[in-house]
Amino acid sequence: MKDLVETASEVRVNDFVLKIANVNGTGSASANGLLMKAIFRMGVPVVGKNLFPSNIQGLPTWYEIRLTKDAYMARSGTAEFMVAMNAETYKQDLAEVSPGGFLLYDSTWPRPDLHTREDVTAIGVPLARMCNEAFENARTRVLMKNMAYVGAVAGLTGLDVEVIKELVTEMFGTKEHLITANMKAINIGLDYVREHFPDPLPLKVERMDATAGHIMIDGNTAAALGCVYAGATFGAWYPITPSTSLMDGFKSFCEKFRVDKETGEKNFCIVQGEDELASVGMAIGAGWNGARAFTPTSGPGISLMSEFIGFAYYGEVPVVLFDVQRAGPSTGLPTRTQQCDLTLAAYASHGDTKHILVFPANPKECFEMAVQSFDLAERFQTPVFFMTDLDIGMNDWMVPEFEWDDSYQPDRGKLLNKDELEAIEKFYRYEDKDGDGITYRTLPGVHPKGAYFTRGSGHNWKGGYTEDADEYKEVVDRLVRKWKSAADAVPGPVVRRCDAPASRAIISVGGCDGAVIEAMDQLAAKGVNLNYLRVRGFPFNTEVEAFIAEHDEVFVVEQNRDAQLRTLLVNETDAPKDKLVPVLDYAGMAANPKFIVEGITAYLDTLGDAA
Amino acid sequence: MTSMPKPFIDKHLPKNKLGLTVRNYEGSMSTLCAGCGHDSVTAALVQAFWELSLAPESAAKVSGIGCSSKTTAYFMGQSHGINCVHGRMPSVATGANAVNGDLHYIGISGDGDSLSIGFGQFAHAIRRNLNMLYILENNGVYGLTKGQFSAAADIGSTTKKGVPNEQTPIDPCIQALTLGAGFVARAFSGDKSQLVPLVKAALMHKGFALIDVISPCVTFNDHAGSTKSYAHTYKYYHPLVHTDFVAHAEEITGEYADDGAMRVTLHDGGELRLRKTDTDYDPRDKAQAIETLMMNGGDGEIRTGLLYLNEDMPDMHAANKLPQKPLNQLPYEALNPGKAALASLQKRYR
Repeated sequence: MKDLVETASEVRVNDFVLKIANVNGTGSASANGLLMKAIFRMGVPVVGKNLFPSNIQGLPTWYEIRLTKDAYMARSGTAEFMVAMNAETYKQDLAEVSPGGFLLYDSTWPRPDLHTREDVTAIGVPLARMCNEAFENARTRVLMKNMAYVGAVAGLTGLDVEVIKELVTEMFGTKEHLITANMKAINIGLDYVREHFPDPLPLKVERMDATAGHIMIDGNTAAALGCVYAGATFGAWYPITPSTSLMDGFKSFCEKFRVDKETGEKNFCIVQGEDELASVGMAIGAGWNGARAFTPTSGPGISLMSEFIGFAYYGEVPVVLFDVQRAGPSTGLPTRTQQCDLTLAAYASHGDTKHILVFPANPKECFEMAVQSFDLAERFQTPVFFMTDLDIGMNDWMVPEFEWDDSYQPDRGKLLNKDELEAIEKFYRYEDKDGDGITYRTLPGVHPKGAYFTRGSGHNWKGGYTEDADEYKEVVDRLVRKWKSAADAVPGPVVRRCDAPASRAIISVGGCDGAVIEAMDQLAAKGVNLNYLRVRGFPFNTEVEAFIAEHDEVFVVEQNRDAQLRTLLVNETDAPKDKLVPVLDYAGMAANPKFIVEGITAYLDTLGDAA
Repeated sequence: MTSMPKPFIDKHLPKNKLGLTVRNYEGSMSTLCAGCGHDSVTAALVQAFWELSLAPESAAKVSGIGCSSKTTAYFMGQSHGINCVHGRMPSVATGANAVNGDLHYIGISGDGDSLSIGFGQFAHAIRRNLNMLYILENNGVYGLTKGQFSAAADIGSTTKKGVPNEQTPIDPCIQALTLGAGFVARAFSGDKSQLVPLVKAALMHKGFALIDVISPCVTFNDHAGSTKSYAHTYKYYHPLVHTDFVAHAEEITGEYADDGAMRVTLHDGGELRLRKTDTDYDPRDKAQAIETLMMNGGDGEIRTGLLYLNEDMPDMHAANKLPQKPLNQLPYEALNPGKAALASLQKRYR
């Protein structure tokens, strides 16, 4: 006990990181989720990141919970309180604890090696021994050890056990024996620390009122819910991390909302394809036939789908592709995050192709932009890429509650119905009647006059096969005009200006948002004032180009090695290349402000040297 | 060049129940070689659709890439068609079919499209028992790229220059049988009288219906060393089961009375009458069908006709409990849970 008081530095209330090191497959996820949810329920803003291996059982896994009274949205990259439950990573976990921090370990076995840092307090709790004494079966003992550390953490930090109990009760519902067993384990940990460490740590959880009107949800679930609200009826997919939970979510929401209680008929169809090629082919077939259709995948899937993507682009078939990006190239790091498919998606498929992309930054935008994606796909009759990533897709984020406007109606675009077809003399699929590059579409089964032939081979405005140079060019020139016209239809950029005048700015995208905002605060404290624009759609809104023009220098912050967003900005705007300074992070971890602050500071230092 | 419409003259031609002549079921001019087996298949399809009085807009044509896949442009110009990417027609058909099961899906593929690049999709469409007519125009070669062997080429069959194929052929009918297809037939483009009733029966079959049509390539595979030439096919052609399709409305009793025919009522209408030319053959016996097809290599005979029929398997729609009203016609109100449901749902995330 003496140790605790001596090494403790400042008292930190609702502002520290709890990091839990576990072994994959030991059932720790629900315990960690419970801890985070309990903090959230106490009104304290949280950021949760699950760092997991591409493995079913045995490899190390970590879960970070950042308590952030200032409601930042990113990781901090630090660990003030480590719960070290994996003997294999003890050394690494100990090394990672911030100076003045704490490490909780299972003291069933002596661990002198964990006491080697003088600036870290090691707290031994005999979790395994106590659980072995309290529970019978081997698997239960392993699972309950997780719950026991939940209790210990609660006791040490002041986390309200009543809130935990409320959550456990919700989790297990009517299964009374599970509620009893889990609470028993929690109390084992709690009672032990209360007895042996009666003074709480200087890392404290205290009630706040900063999470009202918010929910904790992952982006894949949110996007799936968006698909339901958009009226999507068809989804095809091939299982791939980190996109799988998107279809799991869609299935579960559809089973809740779309099954006829009397007949058991399902107002949706989900097909697990034999591969990604088949999955996107099915979604294209369904889109061609007039359903709102989608396929969730990740980078390797997009690579496989590329030929079909070009077909849908040239044949002008609406379809939505969810790319939950993971670190590449090739198989890469399947359980690590990156924004590494930006150029792949922007120009996917052989030949001249350009696509519409949307970039959500958090689960709330996942919900909203999923709906917008279907509208864009039908309005522009083309594939739309929803560019999310593992961090957004698989981690639980604290976001404002989703809203819905019941007056919303899907934008079906230029779709001719039976009466309209009856009224016209002759229908040509690719005739640019309105001069806006978007032509009229018909569906099979509606009217013989609407019949046309969709082909990926050269075709003219009538839809007929052609090898004629002028006829070919007429269609591909119209396609690029159509694509450009989407610039102001995609979600517009979000601009955040600092209070002082700024000649420099940041442009970023997607899940970097939270890290950028926090970095701006840190930089402003050092006297570096920056404006910030977050891109949310491609082709770029005209405002993006104007924003670049307005500043002397723009830092392009993104999570890939090759500065892909910067490449797109150089390619698709008149911005001079030299003006766009890359600030990159591609280690596969969810973004934290450190790389941005360091990257920008280092750049400014070199300027200082040169001057 | 651009596609050419056919001159449309249909005076004096007989009309079907919809008042349409066969000309209404034609498409644009074929650009295949003169004498191509595929054009005979096209003609048989036109005949079958006309005889069934199928509304043109009730059909959707799907195909991949290759000579065979081009033919979807040459029939039913008043139906929607989609000519997608090589070997991937089954996936497009699956998605299209899932969201509107009311249409007749007519897939046209070839041996390269189905048995090499698209072998996986061919197999999985069968496993899902997609309700469609799947015609595989089988000539043993790649025509558009000038005569390479396909995976359907028999061992010993040669190229024009005399090089023999040494790899085991894939028999699409055996594959379809092992994968669970409920309607498996083989036909010959040179025998329209056999092909037309098979097409009609396949269209009315509720589930995956494969017709593997030996359809000789006159340019690259119609020589003395080929086992997919006209001459070879005529010589070894062995109709095993004679198939007649009778729409209920046009039933004429008596004509087939006491002929020993097996009568099968199809779910989508009409009746099949199967007369066996080989008395020991039972088109309900899958194991016998597989064994019989495997023997082809033994005596060289090409057994044709409706080789296997099982009309009682649930199709993809039934297996997925899809609604009676097609998914693509459901009103948005039936799909959107609304604002109140969203508010209530979110409680679980607090």
